[in-house]
Amino acid sequence: MGCICGHDSESREKYLAPLKSILKKYEREERYLIPILQEAQGQYGYLPKDVLKEIASYLDLSLSQIYGVVTFYAQFHLKPKGRNVIRVCTGTACHVRGGAEVLKAIENELKIKSGGTTDDLEFTLETVACIGACGLAPVIMVNDDTHGRLTPDKVPAILQNYRAREKAAV
Amino acid sequence: MAILKLTLRFNKRGILVKGSVPIMSKVTLTIDGQKVQVDADKTILEAAQEIGIKIPTLCYHPDLSLHGSCRVCVVENLANNRLLASCVTPVMEGMEISTLSARARRARRRNVELLLANHPNDCLGCDRNGSCELQEITHEMSIRREDVERFAGETRDLPVDETGPSLKRDPNKCILCGRCVRVCEEIQGVSALQFSSRGFDSIVTTAFDLPQSEVNCANCGQCAAVCPVGAITEVSEIDRVWRVIEDPEKYVVVQTAPSIQATIGEEFGFEPGTVVTGKLVAALKKLGFDKVFSTEFSADLTIMEEGNEFIKRIKGHKNLPHITSCCPGWIKFAEHNYPDLLNHLSTAKSPQQMFSAITKTYYAEKAGIDPANIYTVAVMPCTAKKFEKEREEHRDSGYQDTDAVLTTRELARMIKEVGLDFANLEDEHYDEIMGSLTGAATIFGTTGGVTEAALRTVKEVLTGEPLERLELGYMGIKEAEVEIGDRKYNIAVVSGLANAAKLLDEVRAGSSKYDWIEVMACPHGCVGGGGQPLPATKEKKDKRAMGLASIDKSNTIRKSHENLDIIRLYEEFLGEPLSGESHHLLHTTYRKRDKN
Repeated sequence: MGCICGHDSESREKYLAPLKSILKKYEREERYLIPILQEAQGQYGYLPKDVLKEIASYLDLSLSQIYGVVTFYAQFHLKPKGRNVIRVCTGTACHVRGGAEVLKAIENELKIKSGGTTDDLEFTLETVACIGACGLAPVIMVNDDTHGRLTPDKVPAILQNYRAREKAAV
Repeated sequence: MAILKLTLRFNKRGILVKGSVPIMSKVTLTIDGQKVQVDADKTILEAAQEIGIKIPTLCYHPDLSLHGSCRVCVVENLANNRLLASCVTPVMEGMEISTLSARARRARRRNVELLLANHPNDCLGCDRNGSCELQEITHEMSIRREDVERFAGETRDLPVDETGPSLKRDPNKCILCGRCVRVCEEIQGVSALQFSSRGFDSIVTTAFDLPQSEVNCANCGQCAAVCPVGAITEVSEIDRVWRVIEDPEKYVVVQTAPSIQATIGEEFGFEPGTVVTGKLVAALKKLGFDKVFSTEFSADLTIMEEGNEFIKRIKGHKNLPHITSCCPGWIKFAEHNYPDLLNHLSTAKSPQQMFSAITKTYYAEKAGIDPANIYTVAVMPCTAKKFEKEREEHRDSGYQDTDAVLTTRELARMIKEVGLDFANLEDEHYDEIMGSLTGAATIFGTTGGVTEAALRTVKEVLTGEPLERLELGYMGIKEAEVEIGDRKYNIAVVSGLANAAKLLDEVRAGSSKYDWIEVMACPHGCVGGGGQPLPATKEKKDKRAMGLASIDKSNTIRKSHENLDIIRLYEEFLGEPLSGESHHLLHTTYRKRDKN
């Protein structure tokens, strides 16, 4: 079985070392599954299969049982997330004021659908029910920044700004 | 002074009961106007069943924990006008339950209509057409297409896992009753199947939606045995078997497992446990198989090999406890979960695999047939046997030893397809020279049978004395002390993989007291197998097991080492048990697999 980290056991060990130090903090009891998953996701950015297998062995659960929990909660991700997470509000106010058009513009710009991540891991696109900024509708959040009163034509510039920041940081 | 021994225990609903007599007050309620008094830990459904009132159910299964997800068993409490799911609601004093009120009847009907609204309209193409519980309820409630069409909306379109080799899973047909999830977790301790995602996206699936062949599944098929619809079924090999029967070049040899004779009758209206051996043989001959043999022949062979292997181990104090290996579901479970204990498993192949290896060597030679033209079919109570036959280890005859495996249900379908009047077939006998039966082999089909058959031979070989009957019963974990010569041996017999895990954990910890452990993956053993007629409950499996035991009692020769065909096979072909040729054809190896 190939591992995401490569194929040899040495690099696998290295890859899983941070997880093992997380596991050490918890007793081998089923009730610690969710906090372990949260910490593991914090460490790896998402929950890779090999990480889940290791957690399953540690807690003496089957991989299916853990998969069931991971897919139940929206907070857990089985795929890598982009460096920038875009959340498009689809609540009532945003919907009425053209949120769907904004979403479509972002999808076209990034060539991904809602829930997807760009190949260069720059952006992940998600929709959310409401972010509590109805006065600014239609609104999106990129990471912790709020962008309100949007129109589709404003989208490319906003996204470009984050791409530029990435480059500047590098 | 009499001491009353009380043990605290909780029943499955968490209500405290003491010893065998629940210290429980009685509750009085009315159901459809009838007064009924029941224990306080009963559900409304159980109370109704006690007085013969039928309430439809789907997610409920008498052998599993309660779930309450399908809401098809809804009744109304007229005392407060509330609708209650009767399968999970405990009885309460003064309840006035109506199963007949307009609200209850409409609610049940609506719930079934909603299930159907997201269920493929594919009865004609479904393996469970005619045995589907949803179809039956739909029929009983007179639900018509237009009733369902008014709820037309989004429907699922998910990939079907047909890669097998044992089970096919079609999540589009799943009604999310959770029976398979419960049986896989509670009875088997495997949890290969789980609910995943949420809301409309909920499905029952494996980890990462992997195909069955790539997960920790034991292939036991208990999920298929409890599935009320066609969401989980065996991978059918019927077409493949018809093709070879029709091919004049092929010499098609069929073997039937011991349990089939006490179960297939159910498919044709017989009471569970009715022994229909002669009709089974007659039907197979009419279907066109060239030779009809019994797996009991090779079950005797298994006893010869495994019995002698056990004798060798107890003499050398090696690899004890000795653990049986005839159940392929158990073998795969052990490979995933106890790879460190595989040296305790008997190396003897299962009767199915011994039979086929001998067919393509010894029998081919005796009958003067080129083994390349022999096609071996096994009729089994089991879906894991489909997996077992594909294992690379089972090619010792120079060919794939077993070519096809049909479950009891698949064979019944073939018999129905040609329209045989099974109940009125004239009894026929198995063919010579691999069709002789000994009774010892017959009871292989129930939990405890292998042990009893093996110890009959072991004791006689070692001491010349016959073994008294063990009469272990059919449930969970059983143990016995057997005296052979001047030593007592501790034996355990276990069925259900979650039960097996308890004993294997002891072996791993070094605290096991046993010399011999028999494991069958399915509760009750093969009579409760994943390929047996549907629906199956504990009650039915008990009757099937008693049917098999009655054959053993009525058979004159009841010891494997007295089977004349077996004696001849060793004389003419194999030599001694565990020797060169036996070792090559009748023994196998196991492999370590990942836990997940």
